[in-house]
Amino acid sequence: MIELCDVTRRYDEGPPALDDICVSVAPGEAVAILGPSGSGKSTLLNLVAGLDHPTTGTVTVDGVRVDRLGEAASARYRRARIGLVFQFFNLLDDLTVSDNVMLPAQLAGTARADAERRAADLLARLGVSRHSDAYPGRLSGGERQRVAVARALMNNPALLLADEPTGALDTASGEEVRKLLTELHADGQTIILVTHDLTLATACATRTIRLLDGRITPSAAEGRAGARVTPSGAEGRAGARVTPSGAEGRNRATGDDAAGRDR
Amino acid sequence: MSALGKVVRSGVARRRVPTIVTGLVVMVAVTSAVLGASLSVASRGPFERAFQQHHGAHLAVRIDPAKATPAQLDATATAAGVAAVAGPFPLATVSAGSGQFRMPPMEVAGRGTPDSAVDELTLTRGRWATGPAEIVLAANGRFNGPLLATGTELTLDNVPGNPVVTVVGFARSITRTADAWAPPDQVTAWQTAQNQNQNQSQNQNQTASQPGYQMLYRLTTAGTQAQVEAANEAIAAALPAGSLTSATSWLAVRRDVVGDTVLLIPFLIAFGLLGIVMAVLIVGNVIAGAVASATRRIGILKALGFTPGQVVRAYVTQALIPAAAGAVLGLGTGYLSTLPVITKTNDLYGTTDRGTAPWIGVLVVAGILAVVALTAWAASARAGRLRTVDALAVGRTPHAGRGRWASRLTSRIPLLSRPVSLGLAYPFTRPMRSAGMIAAIAFGAASVTFAVGLATSLSRIDEVEDIAAVQITAPMEGPRPSRITDPDKVVAAITAQSGTSGYLGTARTEVTTPGATGQLTAMGLTGPDASRYYRMVSGRWLRGPGEIVVATPFLTATGTKVGDQVTLTSEGRDIPVRIVGEAFNIDEDGMQILTDQATLGLTPEIYYITVKDGTDIGTYAAALSTALEPLGAVADTVDHSPPEMLVLIDALTALLTVLLVVVAGLGVLNTVVLETRDRVHDLGVHKALGMTPRQTIAMVIASVVLTGLAGGAAGVAVGVLVQRAVLAAMGRGTGFTLPASVVDAYGPGVVLLLAVGGLVIAVAGALLPAGWAARTRTVTALRTE
Repeated sequence: MIELCDVTRRYDEGPPALDDICVSVAPGEAVAILGPSGSGKSTLLNLVAGLDHPTTGTVTVDGVRVDRLGEAASARYRRARIGLVFQFFNLLDDLTVSDNVMLPAQLAGTARADAERRAADLLARLGVSRHSDAYPGRLSGGERQRVAVARALMNNPALLLADEPTGALDTASGEEVRKLLTELHADGQTIILVTHDLTLATACATRTIRLLDGRITPSAAEGRAGARVTPSGAEGRAGARVTPSGAEGRNRATGDDAAGRDR
Repeated sequence: MSALGKVVRSGVARRRVPTIVTGLVVMVAVTSAVLGASLSVASRGPFERAFQQHHGAHLAVRIDPAKATPAQLDATATAAGVAAVAGPFPLATVSAGSGQFRMPPMEVAGRGTPDSAVDELTLTRGRWATGPAEIVLAANGRFNGPLLATGTELTLDNVPGNPVVTVVGFARSITRTADAWAPPDQVTAWQTAQNQNQNQSQNQNQTASQPGYQMLYRLTTAGTQAQVEAANEAIAAALPAGSLTSATSWLAVRRDVVGDTVLLIPFLIAFGLLGIVMAVLIVGNVIAGAVASATRRIGILKALGFTPGQVVRAYVTQALIPAAAGAVLGLGTGYLSTLPVITKTNDLYGTTDRGTAPWIGVLVVAGILAVVALTAWAASARAGRLRTVDALAVGRTPHAGRGRWASRLTSRIPLLSRPVSLGLAYPFTRPMRSAGMIAAIAFGAASVTFAVGLATSLSRIDEVEDIAAVQITAPMEGPRPSRITDPDKVVAAITAQSGTSGYLGTARTEVTTPGATGQLTAMGLTGPDASRYYRMVSGRWLRGPGEIVVATPFLTATGTKVGDQVTLTSEGRDIPVRIVGEAFNIDEDGMQILTDQATLGLTPEIYYITVKDGTDIGTYAAALSTALEPLGAVADTVDHSPPEMLVLIDALTALLTVLLVVVAGLGVLNTVVLETRDRVHDLGVHKALGMTPRQTIAMVIASVVLTGLAGGAAGVAVGVLVQRAVLAAMGRGTGFTLPASVVDAYGPGVVLLLAVGGLVIAVAGALLPAGWAARTRTVTALRTE
């Protein structure tokens, strides 16, 4: 269970990147966070990943107060629970595909032989095993993103965070990644997805959250294919119960982990 | 402010680390260079400068007044080779003491004033002796200890009536022509009283004083012993036969004063050069790295309309601002650190230097700033010539493909954690930058290696001379101690004394031998310790009479070799001897002959005693003195403190080494900072994937391990080669063959430690950027382009 409560993230003197928002994501959900550039999507993702800390408010993932973790603890937290997929892949050019995929496991202390086996499985599952000894620079965008997904899944993370995973891809490659994420979610992977791509959100997400200027918009959460979700969440595919402004007028988007889940 | 000015200002202000590192490196480089240059100059010139300033005596002769008249002495001023003359000054040898404190016999010269055309004296304390019963002691003599102060009253034991004299001052003679000075009438009076007394009774226990006059000469040419001897012969020829009883050359005094520092000159020149070369290299490395890392910024400036010329001006100025600040600071610290040398050389030699010559500072600062400007110009001109689009495209990450083999290789090394194996592969992705870092580390390691070799070689030269703890002498007879009357009893007393380890008895005499011009000193040796005082170069040590051991200059001068037979002529007697060994012996310019005392029928003048470990030397000497009292001999402890100049040079060499190591460390720091900045995005990826701060530090530190080891190994090799080359040059220059034990200054353990020193420099330089990398926030790193 992921809980962001009353979270504000402010940089310097400017307006807050996130302004007093509350979001809940239940295990097994695939939530797409939509919004224009500068709306705070990536900031929200960074807070959940422990890459950044809120100025105020709390971020809790499976009972762990991520906002309180130091650098070392948040690194261990990411190793154990988080898989990250970036818009520009962030594969390390000096390492082979296989070495890139193995890296999270090796950082966690997994023996090379075990990591190699797991990486080979993942690369095969994602259809890029033939490139395991190649360097990322020789792969197409779609292939690179598959490799990045394989790397993100290396430590069996409970939560996959994807930041604009199709943002740097052509249409065909984007389609590959869409399929991949849909399949992963179908297999039970919890996913939080930041994207501009409505098609991707529609295809993969059970619920969407729209951000604008750091706040969840009044049409805060939508079900699959953009269907409006009622505050009770009865019609949402994901069964998310949404309180657009909350009792105290806060930005609130919660996923009900029991009612109305479409799974 | 112009656009150019804004760019420069923002470049200096925003790129703080390169700015600070540039300033620091230039500061330390200038300090090192000033120190190195000053060290070379200061260690070469002080005696010669002081000798010129005080009109030192090239030749000091002792005249028998019974055989030469004052008019004849005056006539020597026109002898061939004589430029100026001073004297005659009456001489008296007195034994003085105060209460229980007895001083060794000293030679007092009668001089009415410290000023003179030859051997001008410098009063260091008190005033000149103008009245009767006043005396001035030599400031650089044996008695300038804390025991004596002006106003001290001394009783003259060997002058009839035991007159009391007051120490009214201390003076320095650059040529050390006397141990003390008093008004001429006073010295003549002591001389006369002693002569009368000597005629009346021959007291064995009282020091005898030979009547004499001192004449001091400056010569037209006195650069070599041969020139000094030629002048001496001309002076002797102008006087009645036998009236010139002894002569002291300034070369001998210089050798005594400068001592082993003469051997240091090649070391210091090499060390100073090493410092300057290293400073230049690291400054170049830092500046080139700083400018190269700004290529993308240069692309942006060009896109905004900057011309290549403006780019060059901007980056040369940007580099020169911190460099100039560092140079000014470095000049200050450089001059401050040379002050102890100047003070000490002034104190030791009587020079009046106020500081390092300004031209050294000007030259060093101009040179370093020129290097900065040239390097910045070359690097920025290259970036400025790039097409704008290419400059903009220069990514911060290394050129794809480089060093991948290393990455694959290190990833397969068992037992290495992944951060470490990642770090180990980093140097191969930017080979040029790594080469620069290796060079910086290598120069640091070479400096340390060379300094260690220097210290080891010098200490090995010194240590054979320093093994004696106690020496036994007989009373003075003129300028030299008299011979010990009953050597067997002295040896018996030595061997009977508890704590004795061994002894060496020495006696000197003059001999001639075919092939060598003039008289040579032969040392007659006896005792079990004899061989311990000399390091052999070839052949073997003496086994009995009829054998000699000599140094390389003797073999060269006489055209002989080990195994040859030569004839020594002593007091008209020809003594055939065989050269059985070649020793490293710098005494008498390497022309001294070592032989068994029985070869020349000598009896010892001095015994040098070594004591067993744990023996209290003071107690030992006191007890031995008591045992020797009936034999008319005295045991004294031997002063083991190395020459002050040597101590100072050692300290400054250590300081210079530390500075060079700091410069090397800063070079590494700068390179690792650049590397870390270039890789900051990758670092963010690593951290996002779960790399902890500790793993980040391990990765950054690991990235310098191989360069550190390579630099250390290369530096040690260079350091050893330089040390050997310098020793070879020293050997060629001085005519000595150095023994292997002096040349081979590095054992395997030392070499290993020195090589690891390169790693230490590298790791020390990488610690700071490693900490920054660990503290860098992941999200910030990921956002970095």
